[in-house]
Amino acid sequence: MNEFLLVGGMFLVTFLVRYLPFGLAGSLQIPKPLERALRYVPVAVLMAIVAPAILIPQGDSVQLSWQNPHLLGAFAAFMAGWWKNNLLLTIVVGMAVFFISRLLIERF
Amino acid sequence: MNSTPQSEFWRGVRDTLPLIVGAIPFGIIFGTLSESGGLSLWGALAFSAIVFAGSAQFIALGMVSAGATWPVIVLTTFVVNLRHLLYSTTLLQQVRHLPQRWRIPLAFWLTDETFAVAVRRYSEPSPITHMHWYYLGSALIMYFNWQLCTMIGIFFGRVVPGLEEWGLDFAMSATFIGIVVPYLKNRPMIAAAIVASGLGLALHGLPNRLGLMIAALAGVATGFFLEQRLASNRITEVGEVR
Repeated sequence: MNEFLLVGGMFLVTFLVRYLPFGLAGSLQIPKPLERALRYVPVAVLMAIVAPAILIPQGDSVQLSWQNPHLLGAFAAFMAGWWKNNLLLTIVVGMAVFFISRLLIERF
Repeated sequence: MNSTPQSEFWRGVRDTLPLIVGAIPFGIIFGTLSESGGLSLWGALAFSAIVFAGSAQFIALGMVSAGATWPVIVLTTFVVNLRHLLYSTTLLQQVRHLPQRWRIPLAFWLTDETFAVAVRRYSEPSPITHMHWYYLGSALIMYFNWQLCTMIGIFFGRVVPGLEEWGLDFAMSATFIGIVVPYLKNRPMIAAAIVASGLGLALHGLPNRLGLMIAALAGVATGFFLEQRLASNRITEVGEVR
């Protein structure tokens, strides 16, 4: 494995997708409807990442069960986020429930 | 309230701190896995310092240990990071006026987390000057933290055995949930979340994580069209009252 080519190639493609719209910013006009559609980007992208991460934690099959600590932690994080609009609290509650339930599920 | 470049910078740092809590375990686990994954010490450091792309680094590492060739890994990185194209398009209006010496580093430091806080700050009603300093503050604290955690992981990984089995990867899910929840205030947003989740699950088996991009685009489209429909319904209702 040539690490130099690997890192160089990964840098180039990653920077390209991050920079392309910024670089063209002078000449690129975003139509109004597209601008409205883009407001859904954060939610759609992050949920498309999170849903498989919590429901397919091992990467093979869907685990819709209370013995899945990822699912329990995610549920707790959602509830905490709804209850108090506090990012730090949401993350901490989610991680705490994940680790505690994982410990309990392993033990019993 | 008047904002100065300095006050915006530190505000960006401060607003990003909660997200750092979720990024810390994620960065440490990357460093930990890098050796067993088959990267050299310098390769692991370069991944974080030069590529600087959390989930893509993990996927690439997994492919290195599975013996994939570098062109295949680079192609996969491209697909996994395509979502940044959506991010930078979303932020385009806000960086349009900046010179290239700002746009290039801001693009390099674009991440899920910095995008999330910047987009929220940019959408606040009152016009704010020096907004790029806010972005820079958020970006730099993310970058600094990621380098530090990678190094901690590399060194701890050799001392604490089995660190990669602690399930620290859940931190990323918790962080992303924390970002998403405040958005879920109306039907189009909730519909976008449900469609993106459902398709993300259904298409999980597609190669190179292509499913992620398809699911995200479908979610965006769902939210947008539902919003259009609700808006046109409202216009008809008003018309009937008249």
